[in-house]
Amino acid sequence: MSDTQEAPALMSRPLPAPAVTLESKPFFDAAAEGRFLIKRCTACGEAHWYPRSVCPHCHSPETVWEESPGTGVIYTYSVMWRSPTGPYAIGYVTLDEGPAMLTNFVDVAPDGLSIGMRVKVKFQPTEGGPPAPVFAPA
Amino acid sequence: MSIKGQAYVMGAYEHPTRDAPDKTTAQLHAECARGALDDAGLSFDDVDAYFCAGDAPGFGAMSMIDYMGLRNIRHMDTTETGGSSYLVHLGHAAQAIAAGKCQVALITLAGRPRNGGNRPGAGGGGRAPTGLSDGAPEAGFESIYGGSTHNTYGMCAMRHMYEYGTTSEQLAWIKVAASHHAQWNAHAFLKNVVTVEEVVNSRMIADPLHLLDCCVVTDGGGAVVVTSPQVARSLKRPKVRVLGAGEAPKVQQGGRGLDLTYSGAVWSGPRAFEEAGVTPADIKYVSIYDSFTITVLMQLEDLGFCKKGEGGRFVADGNLISGVGKLPFNTDGGGLCNNHPTNRGGMTKIIEAVRQARGEAHPKVQVPSCDLVLAHGTGGSLGVRHGSATVILEREA
Repeated sequence: MSDTQEAPALMSRPLPAPAVTLESKPFFDAAAEGRFLIKRCTACGEAHWYPRSVCPHCHSPETVWEESPGTGVIYTYSVMWRSPTGPYAIGYVTLDEGPAMLTNFVDVAPDGLSIGMRVKVKFQPTEGGPPAPVFAPA
Repeated sequence: MSIKGQAYVMGAYEHPTRDAPDKTTAQLHAECARGALDDAGLSFDDVDAYFCAGDAPGFGAMSMIDYMGLRNIRHMDTTETGGSSYLVHLGHAAQAIAAGKCQVALITLAGRPRNGGNRPGAGGGGRAPTGLSDGAPEAGFESIYGGSTHNTYGMCAMRHMYEYGTTSEQLAWIKVAASHHAQWNAHAFLKNVVTVEEVVNSRMIADPLHLLDCCVVTDGGGAVVVTSPQVARSLKRPKVRVLGAGEAPKVQQGGRGLDLTYSGAVWSGPRAFEEAGVTPADIKYVSIYDSFTITVLMQLEDLGFCKKGEGGRFVADGNLISGVGKLPFNTDGGGLCNNHPTNRGGMTKIIEAVRQARGEAHPKVQVPSCDLVLAHGTGGSLGVRHGSATVILEREA
């Protein structure tokens, strides 16, 4: 493993295949069509992340899929320099629907990120799995 | 104290399924939990203790606590003895209730051996769709993004700096203090004293954490022995008694109100202090988990040694150096310089706290009259989900 300090213009990172479960399969099926889904509870009305069949807020099993524009702001991030594939950014996006989600930031230089920056989802191919959501400057 | 008559089984539920091709193991755990709570006439929010064994997917109790949205947990137990685990848990739950550690303990079991079992990547063993995982429910949404301890703690530091103006120089003081202590420890992995400049000029690992903001990686281990008062009195070693202990998970709560500037120490700390009947001002020495410099800073704030957001100013100028500052910490050199055996620093935190309480730390770092000490740890990741634990120990006069 080599350590890289030279920053390329824009960051990207190969993604391994996500572990898809019975509960997350609809999400990744939609991702393959370029649609970003979140889950909302019809009992309490709240959206949550990561998507699951039981609402983590009110514990109701009445959760439904909802298509989201996949827009939000960066809550925090960290550029990882100790990487054999070059620096990459991990961070949380606070979606406009409310929940925060872990992701990678792409199509942006390491010094181009800031907390509060508006970002939008895009789907990136994974190694042998369905595409997965990453975020780029909106 | 006995558990005899001190705890009651008030809810019980057997899931009606015998073949679950259409549900995850996590989902079955949640359904079982709901069934037992409904039977008892209690809600998820009444649960303050959670017990599970190896059949529960994910990271100890943490993944299922997160998945089910348990938000009032103050006691956790993931003892694994195979099929008898749940009987062990019942005994442990009764002990915890008798000791006042919790009032409503939830014990769950679930799995799908007819449909591929509980293995990540399983699913081909039965009628469930093949190629699907039945592992940690969060994995597909988290583990693909290259999260490591470095960059998930980096995210916490980044947000802490944003909200409170914390600086890299302030974080560096934590490493400087640890290095001052490590120079006296013959076994320390890093014995050289470093400066703030050396820390902030070391190469960046994961913004804003530099190489010298990180702990060491070491082989090794440790152990402790805990006895009854009667046995303690029969032994020839200084008596260090447990005054209080607190624990807490911090999970993501469906992504609502994510706040990475605090840790589970905000819950585990007060529980330990309350049980011990002491306050942070009474503590003479602290062992604070130091996977990274930011880990120490956040936990000191959360335990109440300074106000939230003031950790940067608190740790600066040598305030954590024994003999120099007001709150000597990690006098063995900690995980930052001495030892972080198998990437699990909780054991060494207890050990140095015991040395200090016994008066057996290195003379150059021994805190005078050190009769009351605290050891605190965070396991997992501050930036994703973690378990916090705080213990307070006292040397018996």
